Amino acid sequence: MVGLLSAMNRKLLRDLWRLRAQALAIALVIASGAALLITSLTTEEALRDTTDAYYERNRLANVFASLTRAPQRLIHRIETIPGVRQAETRIVDLATVDFADFPEPVSARIVSLPTHGNPVLNRIVLRAGRLPEQGREDEAVLGERFAASHGIALGGSVSVLMEGRKRTVTVVGIALSPEFIYLIGPGAIMPDDERYGVLWMNREVMEGAYDMKNAFNEVSLTLTRGTDPEPVIDALDTLLARYGGAGAYGRDLQLSNRFVQNEIEQQHTMAITLPAIFMAVAAFLTNMIMGRVIAMEREEIGLFKAFGYSTAAVGWHYLKMVLAITGLGILVGAAVGSWLGRFNMTLYAEVFQFPFLVYRPGPQAYAIAALVCVAATVGGSAVALRRAVQLPPAEAMRPPAPPIYKRTRFSTSAFARWMDEPTRMILRRLARWPLQTGFSLLGIALSLAVLVLAMQWGDSVDKMIEDQFFRASHQDATVSLFEAAPLNVLNDAAALPGVMVVEGQRGVTARIRYRNIARRQGIIGRMDGATLSPLHDAKKGPLPVPRGGVAISTTMADILGIRRGDTVTLEILEGRRPVVQVPVVEVFETYIDTPIVMHLDTLSDLMLESPQINTLLVRVDPAFKAEFLAALKEMPKIGSVGFRQAVIDMFYATVDKNLNVFIGIFTVFSCTLAFGVIYNTLRIALAERSRELATLRVLGFGRGEISYILLGETGILAVAAVPVGILCGAILSWYIAEQFATELFRIPLIIRHQTAGLATVIILATVIVCALIVRRRLDHLDLIAVLKTRE
Amino acid sequence: MNFQRLVMLLQSDAGTEIERATGPGGDRRAVALSARGLTKTYVMGEVEVRALVDVDLDLFEGEFVVLLGPSGSGKSTLLNILGGLDVPTTGEVLFRGQDIDGQSSAALTRYRRNHVGFVFQFYNLIPSLTARENVALVTEIARDPYAPEEALSLVGLGERLNHFPAQLSGGEQQRVAIARAIAKRPDILLCDEPTGALDSETGMLVLEALERVNRELGTTTAVITHNAVIAEMADRTCRLADGRIVSIDRNETRKSSREMTW
Repeated sequence: MVGLLSAMNRKLLRDLWRLRAQALAIALVIASGAALLITSLTTEEALRDTTDAYYERNRLANVFASLTRAPQRLIHRIETIPGVRQAETRIVDLATVDFADFPEPVSARIVSLPTHGNPVLNRIVLRAGRLPEQGREDEAVLGERFAASHGIALGGSVSVLMEGRKRTVTVVGIALSPEFIYLIGPGAIMPDDERYGVLWMNREVMEGAYDMKNAFNEVSLTLTRGTDPEPVIDALDTLLARYGGAGAYGRDLQLSNRFVQNEIEQQHTMAITLPAIFMAVAAFLTNMIMGRVIAMEREEIGLFKAFGYSTAAVGWHYLKMVLAITGLGILVGAAVGSWLGRFNMTLYAEVFQFPFLVYRPGPQAYAIAALVCVAATVGGSAVALRRAVQLPPAEAMRPPAPPIYKRTRFSTSAFARWMDEPTRMILRRLARWPLQTGFSLLGIALSLAVLVLAMQWGDSVDKMIEDQFFRASHQDATVSLFEAAPLNVLNDAAALPGVMVVEGQRGVTARIRYRNIARRQGIIGRMDGATLSPLHDAKKGPLPVPRGGVAISTTMADILGIRRGDTVTLEILEGRRPVVQVPVVEVFETYIDTPIVMHLDTLSDLMLESPQINTLLVRVDPAFKAEFLAALKEMPKIGSVGFRQAVIDMFYATVDKNLNVFIGIFTVFSCTLAFGVIYNTLRIALAERSRELATLRVLGFGRGEISYILLGETGILAVAAVPVGILCGAILSWYIAEQFATELFRIPLIIRHQTAGLATVIILATVIVCALIVRRRLDHLDLIAVLKTRE
Repeated sequence: MNFQRLVMLLQSDAGTEIERATGPGGDRRAVALSARGLTKTYVMGEVEVRALVDVDLDLFEGEFVVLLGPSGSGKSTLLNILGGLDVPTTGEVLFRGQDIDGQSSAALTRYRRNHVGFVFQFYNLIPSLTARENVALVTEIARDPYAPEEALSLVGLGERLNHFPAQLSGGEQQRVAIARAIAKRPDILLCDEPTGALDSETGMLVLEALERVNRELGTTTAVITHNAVIAEMADRTCRLADGRIVSIDRNETRKSSREMTW
C-alpha cells in the first residue's frame, strides 16, 4: 500500500512538473494576494507595535489641554480629578527661528523642559547630546529632522525670536518626541521640516520670556487604567475655563497620533479589500485548471477507482495538487510580503519620526494569509474535485460526450454569413461556455481595475492639490500672526516690499455642539469679498461668505448629523469665551479637514470684539520675494509664513516618493493577475483545441491562421474586458476612497482618460506577451498524433 | 483519365518535368506523386524504429491505390510523408517533379493547402462548426473550390448541411470529412483507415463516396486499410510489411463498392 501511495505521489509530482507554467501562474496570483495581505497586516501590526511601545516607554499623555495662563498651584486640583494618574504642566508657544542661511522665516513650537531634566510625561528621546543644564538660558534641544534639514549639528547655534526678543541659543541636544511623530505646522497639510520644527528649552527661560513665572499654559495627564477620558476632559475644561482653557482633548484627537492612527486604519482597510480581489481570481483560476486536469484525467480516475482506491483517496490526490500550488504561492507571498512590509515601514519611517521601528511580525499575519489562500483555492477547486470523486469508474473510463453546439439566431443572421469560419469557431466557443468566458473576462477586467485603482491615486492627489491650492486659495503666502490684531495691520502688510494683494482672516478655537455630539474645531472668520481665499466648495466652486450663521464642511455636518437650517451651539474658547446658538447657513464640500467658516463681522459680533485678524493672505511679486522675506523676518508679530509653492513641492516630493513606489508595486501585481488569468486561459484553450488546431494545420492552414483562432478568442476577451475593467476600477477606487475617507482627508474620485488609457495599454501588453509565449507552442503541434486518436 | 487535367498539368511549369512512366499494367499515365528511396527512422529514447526502409512508389494521375498491411508496417508513415505531414529521414517525394520535402514548413503548408485532401479514421471535424461550415473552412482558403453545398451533395449529404458533427452518425461525419477533403479540388486524396471506425454498412457508403470522387473528378486517391476486401475496388494494391513494399498488384477489373461485402 505504501508503495502504491508513493506511486500516486510520484504521479502528483510529475503532473505538477508537466503543468509547471500554469501552476506557477496561479501560484503567482496567490502570492500577490498573500503578499498584499501580509504586507498590510504586518505593516499594521508593526505601526501599532511601534507606536504602542513608543507611547508606553515615553509616557505619552492621555489628555492634553492648552490655556492662556494658569498658576502652577492649579496642578494640585487637576491631580484630584478622579481617574488622573499623573499630571504635568509646561509652557508651550510658537516662536520664529532664524537660520542664518535660510531666507524664509521659520516657525517652531517651543516646549519647556522641567528644571530636573526629562519631563515625566511626553518624555523626549535624546538622539545626540544632552538636555540643557539647569539655569542655562542659551541652550536648547532641537527636533532631529528640524536640525538635519538645516544642517545644524550639536554645538551649532540658532536665533529664536520669543515675544519680540531675539536670543541666540546653542544646540546641546537632538531629540524626538512621541508627541511629534507626525509634525505639521498650524494650517499646514504636510510636514515641512525646513519651515516648522520643535525646540525644547529650560522652563526658567520660557517663564521669563513669556511672563509665566510659576504659571503654565499647557497641561498633560495620564489616566489610571480603564478610565474613560470624557469625564476627565469635562472636569478639566471646567477647571481651566477661567484660565482661558482652549478645550481639553484626548489622545485620539492629538494631531500627530491622529495621523498615525489614520494610517493604521488605512492599512487595515487595505488588508481587507485588495487581497480579496486576488483571492477571488486565484479561486477562479484554480477552478479552471483543476477542472481541466480532471477532465483530462477522467480515464485515470476511473482506473484508480477500478483498482480499488477510495473516493476519499482520489479526492485527496487532486487536493494535494491544489495544496502544492497554494503552498508555493503562500511561500513566495510570505517572502515578498515580509520584504514589502519591512520596506513599507522604512517608507513610514521617512514620514513618521520614530526613534525605533518594531518590525517583528508574529505568526498571526502569516497564518491568516495562509488560511485565506487555502480557503480560496480549495473552495475554488471544490466543484472540479467533487466531479472527479463522484465519477463512477466505468463512466470515467469512457470519453466524455462531445460538446453539443447549437445554431443560435445570431448564426443565421446576415451578419454571421459575412463571417469566416475561424471567426465563427471563436464566437461559438465563447458562447458555448458563457460561464468560463465570463470569468476569464472578469479576471482580466479585475487586473485592469486594480491597475486603474493604483494609477488613479496620482489623479486624486492632483485634484486635491488643485482644489486646495489653486481653487480654494490664491495667495502666494500665508502669514500667521502671534496674536489677533486690528484690521489696520493690513495696511502695514500692504506696505511690505513686493506685496500686491493682502487679505486678512481670523481663526479662533471653538467647540461646536449639536445635541450630544461636540467637536473641537477652529472657526475661520472671512471678510466680505475675500478673493484670495474664498469660501470654496469642491464641487460648486466659490460661495459668498454668509452673514448671521456658520458655514460648515459636509464632513463636519455628517459627524454632527446636521443639515443647513439647523441650529448649533458654538463655544468660543478664546477672549470672552461666549457660548452662542447660531444657525447653519451653508454646508460646503472640502477634501481636507473639517473647516467651519463664518463672516468676520458675525464672528466679531459673537465675540463682542471689534473685527480683528490673525492671518494674512498675501500675493507677492516674485521679483521681490527676497525683500519681502527679509522684511518679514524682522517683523515681531509674525508667527509663521507658509508659501504655497513650498507646500505644493513638499506635498509632491512626499507623494512621489511613496505613491510611485506603490503604483509600481501594484502595476507588478496587476500584471501578475492579468498574466495568471490570460496565460491559463490560453493554455487551457490550447490544450482543448490542439486537436482542432492540428487538424487545421493538416488541412493547409498556416501558423498565422491557427494563431488567429487560438489568440483571437483571448483578444476578444481582453478587448471586451477593457470597459468592464475601467468600470470596476472606478467602483473599486470609489470604494477605497470611501473606506479611506477620514476627518483629515477625503480622496476625491478622479480617473483621467490618460490614466485609464495607460492602464489599458499595460494590461493589453501583458495579454500580448502571454499570447506570444503560448504562440510558440503552436509551432510544436504534433500533426500526426491527433489524427490517430479519437477525441 | 481526365484529359483536361492532363493538358493543364502539361502546360504548367512543373508539367515539363512530369515523368512518363509505365504502370504495372503497361498503360502510360502521368505520375502525380513519386517517392524515391524513402527511409524513416524514429529515435525513441535509445531505440531506433525503422518505420520505412528504402521505399519507391509512384501514384499515377487519377488512379485509386490501396495500401494494405498490418499494424506497424509503415502505411501511415508513408501516407503522412506523401501528404507533407512528415518528412523522411532520407529519400525524396516529388510532386509534379518538384521535391516537396526539401522545402520550408510554409511551403509544405502551401502544398497541403493547394494540392492534398486528407480523410482520417476519426474524421477530425471541428465540433463547433456545422457540416457546411466544416467544408467552408477549407473552401475559404482554397484557390478554386466547389461550393460547400456542392461538395456535400457529392457525398450524399446535401440535406444535412446545418447539422453539427455531434448530430451526425459516424458514417455521415466521415462523408463530411470527405466532402471537406475534396471541396478544394485536390490533386491527391489521401485516406487513412477511412472506414476503420465504422460498421460495414456505413463503411460502404463512405467507400461509395470515395469511389465516386475518384471516378467523376479523377482525383488520385490513396487509401490505407487493414481490410483486404477494399483492395478489390482499387486500380492497384500495394502491400507493406516491416517498412518495405512487398508487392504491388494491379486489378484487371475494379470491383464497385456495392459488389463488396465484409
